This record gives sequence, structure tokens and C-alpha cells, in this order.
Amino acid sequence: MKIPLSWLREFVEIDIPPELLAEKLTAAGLEVAKITYLGVPQTRVEGLRYPNSDHLVWDRSKLLLGAIREVKPHPNADRLVLAMVDYGAAEVEQCVTGAPNLFEFKGQTLEKPLYTIIALEGAEVWDGHSDEPKRMVLKEKPLRGIPNRSMVCSEKELGMSESHDGIILMRQDPGFAPGTPAQDVLGDVIFEIELTPNLARCYSVFGVAREIAALLDKPLRAPDYNVQESGAPVAGTIEITITDSRLNPRFTAMLLRGTTIQPSPEWLQRRLEAVGQRPINNIVDVTNYVMFEMGQPLHAFDYDRLVAHANGKTPHLTTRLARPGETLKTLDGSVRELTPKDIIITDNSDTPISLAAVMGGFDTEISDDTTNVLLEAANWEFISIRRTTHAHKLFSEAGTRFSRGVHPSQAMLGVRRGIELMRQTGGGAVASGVIDVYPEPAPAIQIDLPESEIRRIMGMDFSAKDAAGLLKRAAFEVNVKGDVLHVTVPDYRMDIGTGVVGQADLIEEIARINGFEHIPVTIITDEMPPQRPNPHLTQEEKTRDLLTQLGFREQISYRLTTPETEAMLVPPGAASSFPNVDYVRLANPITLDKTALRHTLLGSLLTNAIENGRYTNRQQVFEIGSVYLPREGEILPDEPRRLGLLITGARHIGGGWMGDDTDAVVDFFDLKGAVEHLLAGLHVEGARFTRAAHTSFHPGRSAALVIDGANAGTFGELHPLVARAIGWEGAPLILGELDLDAILNAARPLFRLTPLPVTPPVLQDIALVVNDTVAAEEVERVIRTAGGDLLKQVRLFDVYTGDQIPAGHKSLAYALTYQTDERTLTDKEVASVHAKIVKATERELGAKLRA
Amino acid sequence: MELESVYSAALAELESVTTSDGMRDWEIKFLGKSGALTQLLRGVGQIPKEERAAFGKRANEIKEALTAAFEARAELVKGQELAQDLEAGEIDVTLPGRPRPMGGLHPSTQTLRQFYDIWAEMGFQVYRSRDVETDDMNFTYLNMPPDHPARDMQDTFYTTTPNVILRTHTSPGQIRAMRELGDGGTKPIRIILPGMCYRYEQITARSEIQFHQVEGLAVGRNIRMSDLKGTIAEYARKFFGENAKVRFRASYFPFTEPSMEVDVECFLCGGEGCNVCKHSGWLEIAGSGMVHPTVLENGGYDPREWSGFAFGMGPERITMLKHGIRDIRYFWGNDLRFLEQF
Repeated sequence: MKIPLSWLREFVEIDIPPELLAEKLTAAGLEVAKITYLGVPQTRVEGLRYPNSDHLVWDRSKLLLGAIREVKPHPNADRLVLAMVDYGAAEVEQCVTGAPNLFEFKGQTLEKPLYTIIALEGAEVWDGHSDEPKRMVLKEKPLRGIPNRSMVCSEKELGMSESHDGIILMRQDPGFAPGTPAQDVLGDVIFEIELTPNLARCYSVFGVAREIAALLDKPLRAPDYNVQESGAPVAGTIEITITDSRLNPRFTAMLLRGTTIQPSPEWLQRRLEAVGQRPINNIVDVTNYVMFEMGQPLHAFDYDRLVAHANGKTPHLTTRLARPGETLKTLDGSVRELTPKDIIITDNSDTPISLAAVMGGFDTEISDDTTNVLLEAANWEFISIRRTTHAHKLFSEAGTRFSRGVHPSQAMLGVRRGIELMRQTGGGAVASGVIDVYPEPAPAIQIDLPESEIRRIMGMDFSAKDAAGLLKRAAFEVNVKGDVLHVTVPDYRMDIGTGVVGQADLIEEIARINGFEHIPVTIITDEMPPQRPNPHLTQEEKTRDLLTQLGFREQISYRLTTPETEAMLVPPGAASSFPNVDYVRLANPITLDKTALRHTLLGSLLTNAIENGRYTNRQQVFEIGSVYLPREGEILPDEPRRLGLLITGARHIGGGWMGDDTDAVVDFFDLKGAVEHLLAGLHVEGARFTRAAHTSFHPGRSAALVIDGANAGTFGELHPLVARAIGWEGAPLILGELDLDAILNAARPLFRLTPLPVTPPVLQDIALVVNDTVAAEEVERVIRTAGGDLLKQVRLFDVYTGDQIPAGHKSLAYALTYQTDERTLTDKEVASVHAKIVKATERELGAKLRA
Repeated sequence: MELESVYSAALAELESVTTSDGMRDWEIKFLGKSGALTQLLRGVGQIPKEERAAFGKRANEIKEALTAAFEARAELVKGQELAQDLEAGEIDVTLPGRPRPMGGLHPSTQTLRQFYDIWAEMGFQVYRSRDVETDDMNFTYLNMPPDHPARDMQDTFYTTTPNVILRTHTSPGQIRAMRELGDGGTKPIRIILPGMCYRYEQITARSEIQFHQVEGLAVGRNIRMSDLKGTIAEYARKFFGENAKVRFRASYFPFTEPSMEVDVECFLCGGEGCNVCKHSGWLEIAGSGMVHPTVLENGGYDPREWSGFAFGMGPERITMLKHGIRDIRYFWGNDLRFLEQF
């Protein structure tokens, strides 16, 4: 919202620099996002920082108010004229100009001068003929043989707008003497203010002025609400029925007879332009002006058209909710389907003629021929208006204000202000009296606030008297009795509640007007709540640490995906191994690729791998996060934590100048090693690996992690058909998704230390030839069982198939460590255990010692 | 006499040895098992009996002298060789080192951990709650009944299940925490609530549909605005440095009253004004306020006896400010060239 300083000054004295005012407004919650300067210089305020503005500062001695007394033809050029400008000097200045808007005065001496801004030689202005912003300094330069050293200015030349179609022309006396610096006549500062929803009362210049008056402790001057009434009474000219006073608390109307539709006066047009509104005609402009001035949106009907609608009878307007199937042609010409949530105004025959608060109807709109104007100022329930503006996508200044709430008290003020300004700008007679339908006037809000409550919430002592003083600055009525403030809330405020909520609201007002910087800074002295262990988080962070130690890089992905994207993880024709539940689906997705919450981390791991694969040949990443699984009989889904892992490409980081790259790429066992290290680092007990049965993975090169007999996820090589489907052509993708909750539940942070050995170990190798179908896990189990307590460690160091081994067999070579803390083992003891191992593997697995 | 000629030959040859290899060869040639001196000693039988004692004595003298000379020479050679090696072994230390594989945490995780640590020191423990929420938890219990204008401030993803949404902020966790930890409104609470939040927004360099939030909540019988100011100021000192200044501005959040925006003096320009702080000298880092009485009530507390403060911060925003990240889309893009810089 744009708020001009010049307009604010109509309501409140401002004796601080605009930059400081902006700072105070921002601190009080009216965030000034931008300050725009029109001609006036920026002020430097000690201790305040803000960007330098590069606007044109109007030279106070060379850019002046000028009165054009005469427009003479140019002797040598038809398209130029000579403007004779009085700028307070002894001589009238002759300016050669091609301004089209002076041509109608060509050859005239002007009894009533035209006012403009004259730039004297040496003045700096914007170059009006340049497409790019370019400054220029005015120099003496004859135009078609006529000496010329000064210029009458366009808005563009002064940096007020892009308009260069003609010069600035004020037909009405601006109230300043010729020669007054342009800065004082047209100079201004425009604040761009962003308002939070609680500041609905500030959606107008006067609304902001009220805040300034409170903040600066200055008196406030209200707009003039007096009306010069002279016509026959309004009573009997119109009837109003409100069917639901909750939706339409108040409806006021006044009638202006015999007025003329014409352009608004320049001062009014200028103000509308300053707040970003295009002037149309005096009636439309006044409705806008009053809304920008004091916040109440108005609507003007052509009274004669209303009478025509009523077939010549007294127009009878009714406010009600629309019915299904009803339509209305709004003033923008479009026919709108109304919904049963829209509040509408109907005529005598119950036909919609206006969409309340949002947009008027086409049929009853003001036209150039209008002479009798019925002005409406009403109030509407903001929730309904919000629904209507959203449903019809009709966002207007009026809708913005109504959908945040305008207090019914403002209607009476708005209608009076509006009708009087219409009379002043278009003439005519205002019918005496006001139609005011207000079935249930809003009660005044009263709140009792004890001094102790202020202390309890703010943490500082505030005497009731001081608190009352601050509230009074913001127009609260306050009676102090003892140490309690009895407060009556000003009628325009809709943001103050009652009871304990109202107390909190008042405390905010006290703190805000006083300034938050005055609240002391303390440390909490309140009782400390019991501190609780948080193993859920601690262990998750430990997992992250272990994985980064293992060389993994953490990713965080979008949790939104599409079911179709995840379906690509399943080979064509195969059954999905992912959770067989529906998705948490968005009702209003914003992009086509994010319509539902993920079931798996694998999708984003693969998407990322494809992206990163474009420029790197080595990836090693993980992600920890939730997946979202709807549950039967519950509206909220389960959100279990998952650990996703992905590695691909070169096993050893290469790319150095030493030329020690190798071609090896990672495989299943690289990832398995990482998983094993992770489980060891977390001290997970009861974990083992089995053949996986997950269709998204290579059936022969994937494993399930099993913890205490339950599946805790799958990892391995991506199924080649999936790799093909996603267009991956690089080294095998080795990835996995593990159930982090299951892993962390099995983690034992209180693990027992293994004491360091005090006796020497005896090392022996054993190479066993077994059938291919025998699992290594099984061989190790048999070795360990047979080895008993003396066998400390079993490490597989070679797996061999080939010439020296019978077909269909493999050789597994183990390094065995025999050791006991009780004594140094003898060769005999070791040989005996070793023999037991050989025998057991032969008996149980059909193993033979490799020759 | 042969013994003496071997001796002098050995000494002469030793003088010319300059390498460790040469020393080894010399040792084998003269002192080794089949070396010249050993051969002579073995031939002692051919020497007349009466000369044998003198020969033996002299031979031993020579052996000792040669051994001593060898050791001395060896020491010298080693020294020379080391000196040569030190000179010749010089490498170009400006060549790049051999790359090592490095893991690392996502920048958001790193910032979250900083938050956890700082707030833990002040007694605020982590409380996590769900991403998919009911409309009541996310809005209504937080003093935003249906059609409240403040709902406009938070564009929401709705799910196809009525009244189920993706949380737009971590604040629903406030209600859950008060109900779970408050023990019917009888126990104080001091927690931070980290988590992913979702907004219905176009994804651009400046806005994302998902982002982390870390919210803080303190509830007690004596929690005041002054405590909020002091607590935030302490956080700012710990996070931004001991000279970090903060200021509070009025703001509006439906679930706090009074509500305040927190700015920290721009740590990039020291408050002098720069592009990042838009020449204001201040950076917005948190929203805060006293817990709204209605919210306390919805959490099971009597707002006449209990009070609380809450604040919310965006780890991604703070990370962006700290590292000059101009595009928020980097965070979930997972480009390794981005991640590997942290």
C-alpha cells in the first residue's frame, strides 16, 4: 500500500525525517518496504541505515512553480508555441515548447493562468526524449530562431511518471505563489507499507496517520465528515432490507441529486495517482478517494437506473446470499455464475444487481449521463468476502479491505465523506438524512487490565497511569481505578479480543507504542523442566556421523514425488516390493512432478544420481528421512524413518596427476561393507544378511538386512531393467533402503568392551573346497561352532574358483586366530581344534581341504 | 709380505668407496667369509710354525684396524648419502595432493546441529513431530480458525483426505508437545521443534515448497517478554558472535500475542549496510512472541497462571545468509558440487 507523506500531513503533524518515521512505523509493525522520493532530497539520520536513492532532487532555485499568462504562436514553427511564464521574477519568461496540451490555448492571454513547473537554465531534469533514464542539465538553446533558455516540464522530466505527452498543467490555483520551489508544491515522499492481517485498520492514509499520532504522541485531525444537505429527505427514496445481519451488519446510503459526471479536480486526481489509482470521473474517483483516505469502500449506484429496475417504484434493495444458478453481469462486462456463498444485493424483483463488497453490477453502474447518485457504504462479514474474492478471483482494493475486516462504525463516516466530496466535485444537492440499517450495533469492547498482568507478561513494571497514557495515545478510553485499567476499545478496531485474550492484545499495544526496545533483557528464572534423554535423535545423528566417516555425502530431497515416478522403480511386469498402501496425495499440487508424499527414498536417490552422473564418475551418498504410509482406520499416515544409500562408479577416487587411477568400480560388496561398518558402529546386535526378494534389485546381487528375524531393508545392485527404464547407462548403481527405526531399536549404545588380549595369538590359515551352493555364512558358522572358545577370529581372505578346483565348487580361504586370555596356547591344543574344524566342515558341508 | 699388501690394498680401496653398495662389496671382498683377509687366515697352516703366532697377531690387528676403518668409512658414506638424498629428494610441494574420499553432512543438517547444540546449552531439548497434520493442529488450535485471514499468509498443501494437510510450520508441534509433556497443563516446557514444513508456492530462487523450520517454545509460571528478549539475544551471541546485536519489531502471528520480528545486526557488513541486508544494517532471523492465551488453553494450560514464549527460525535462510547462497533450490537439488563445498 502506497502512503504519501503529503497526505498523511493532512491528519497529523510529522516533525521527524521521513526515514526516521519509516523506521518507527516498521518497528511498530507497519513494515515500510520502500520509500520513493518525488523531488525532495533524502535525509541522513544518525544511526539509521538505508539504501541511497538515486532519484532526481528538484533544485529549489531552478525548478519553480510557474503561472502561464499567455500562449503565443511560434513565428517560425506550427508545432511549437511560446509559453509566457510568470515565476515570480520581474520579467515573464518565454519558453519554447511543443507540448500538445498547450495548443488549445495558442494565441490566448490567460485571465486565469495555467500553472506548471518551470525549469530555469542550469536545472537538472530527466531527458524526456530518452528511452533510458538519462539526466540532463538545461542549457540555452534557440529553437527555430527563438532564444530559449528555460523549459516547462513534463512529469517524465521531473521523474514523477513516464508521461511525456504534455507538460504538467494545473488549471486550478495550487495555493502557492509563482516562484515557489517545485519541491514545496509537488514534492513528496511515498511510503510503501506492508500490512499484516491484524492491521486491517491501517488500510488507509488516515489509518496510518492514527498509528503515527500514537507513536509520535501527536494530536490527530480526522477527515471532515460534515455534509451540506439541502435537498428533499432521502427517506422514502430507497428501501433497504438486510436478511442476515451477521453477513451484512450495516447498510448506509445517501442520495445526491442533479450532479454532473466530470473529471475530478487535479488535487484529487494527483492523490489517486500517488497511491497508484487511475482517475476515471469524479464519482468513481471519490469512492476510491474515500477508501484510500479513511478505509471504508463505497459503491455508487445510478439512482435512476435503480428506479427503472423497480419499474418506477421506490427501489428496494435486499442483501442476501446468492442461490445456485443465479448470475450477474458485473461492471467489467463479464457474466458471473454466483455461488451460494456470495453475498449479493438484489432489486425489487429479487434479481441480483451487485456482488456485495467485491464488484458492482453492470446495469446500475454510474455512466456519463448519470445525474442522481445513490451512494452505499456497507459492511460485510470478512470471511464471506474472502471466499467470494477467491472463488471469483476478483481481487480489488475494496475486496482487500473487506476481506480483512472493516468495522461497521466506518460506514456512516464513509458515506458522509463520500457524498459531500461528490457534491463538491460534481455539484448537485445532497438529500437530507442518511439511510442507516444497522440491526445489531456492535457493542463496545471493554477490558479490565490489572497492572500485575502487564508485569507478568512483559517482565517490567508499568504503572497503571503510564500504561493508560500509552493506550490513550492510541485512542483507547481508559479509566484507572486503583491498579486496574478499565479500557474501552475504539470502535474501528477489530483486532482486540475480550477477556484474557483482550488483555494480551492490550499488553501488545502498550509494548508496541512504548517501543519494544524498552522491555528489559532478562534470563529465564522460571523452573527448569526435567531434561529427558532423546535416543531417537542421538542415534540418528550418530548414524549420520558414521556414514560421513565412511565417506558418504548427505543428501536431502523433496519428499513430494508422484506415484508414477516411484512405479518406475519396479521392472515392467514385476510385482512391486514397496509398501502396498495408497499414497498421501495432494489435493492441490503445484507442479506435476510433486503430487504425493514418497513411499521410498530410492526414487530421489536415483534421480539425484542421474543428475550428478552428468559430471562425476563417482558417487557415494545417503539420505535419512521419513516416508509416508497411510494407515487403515487413521487419517494421519505412519511416518517411519528410512536410511537410503547409493554408491556408483569408481571405487577409488582418481583424477590426480599421479596417474594412479584404477578402473575398478564399486559393487555389491562395497555397499555391504559400508552397511556392516555402520551396524558395527551402532553396535547393532542380531543382524544378518540373506538373499533379497525385492523386485527392484538385481535378484542375484542384492541382500536383505535381517534384524532379529525381521526384514529391515534391502540393498544391492539396481535391477538392470529399472536402470534401463530410468535411462541409466553408467556403472552399476548399488543402492539400498534400510529401516532406520528397526536398526536403531537394535543398536546397543551400552555395549561391553572386549578386553585387549594379554597372550600371543596363534595364526593358521584354512582353505576349504565346498559346493558352490554352500553359503559363506554357513561355512563361517560351522567353523566358529567347531572352533569353540579358543577360536577368536575368522576372516575370509580368498574366494577362488577355477582350474585347480572341481567344477561346481569354490575354495574359501580363512585366516583363523586362536587365542585365549587364560594361557598361551600350545601347538597341540591348536592342532586339535583345527582338526575339529576340518572334520566338522567335512561332515556338515562336505568340505575338503584344498590341496 | 702378503698380509701387509692386503692391508694396504684394502685401506686404499676403502678410501675410494663412496656408496653403501660399495661398502658392502668392500666388506665382502676383504672381511667376508671368502674375503681376502679371511683367505689369508685360512692359509695359516702353510706358514712356518714359528711365524704363526706373529702372523696371527698381526692378522688380527689388521682385521680390527680394517673393521674400525670400515665402520668409520661407513658412517661417512651414510652421512654423504643422506645429504645427497635430502638434496636430490626435493619434490614440488605445490603439486596438488592426492584426492581422498570425503563424506559430509548436508548444510541444513549442519545448521540444525548448531541450533541443537546452542539451544541444548540453554535447556531447550529437541522435540520432533509429524509432517502430515490435521487442519486443527496446524491452524485451528493455533488460533487460526477456518477462513482466518492469517491463513492467507501460509499457502497450504491440502491432501485428498479432508482436513489433512502438510504442515506449513512446525507450530502444530507446540500443541502436541504441550499436550504430551505438559501433563495436563502442570509442567513447564522448554523445547525446540525442528522439522520440514511445506508451502504451496512456486519454486524459485527465493521460495521453496519445502523448508526446515526450528521453533522454540518455553512455557512456565513465570515466562516473560523480557525472558524472550534475553533468550534470543543469548542465542544470537552464540550463533552469530559475541558482539551480535538484536532488535525486536512489532509483527503479527496468530499464535503469539504480542508478536515480534527479530533482526540481528548484519554480520556480513557489521551493520554498515550492504546488498545482503538491503542497506538496512539488519537481517531478519526469527519471528517470536508470547504464546497466545488461546494456544496455551488449547495446549491444556490456564493462561491466567501460565505464560510462554515461542520463536521460529529458518535454517536454510540463515545458511544462505552465512554462505552467500543466492538460490534456495540448491538445498534439495543435491548437486554434489554444492554439497561438497560444506
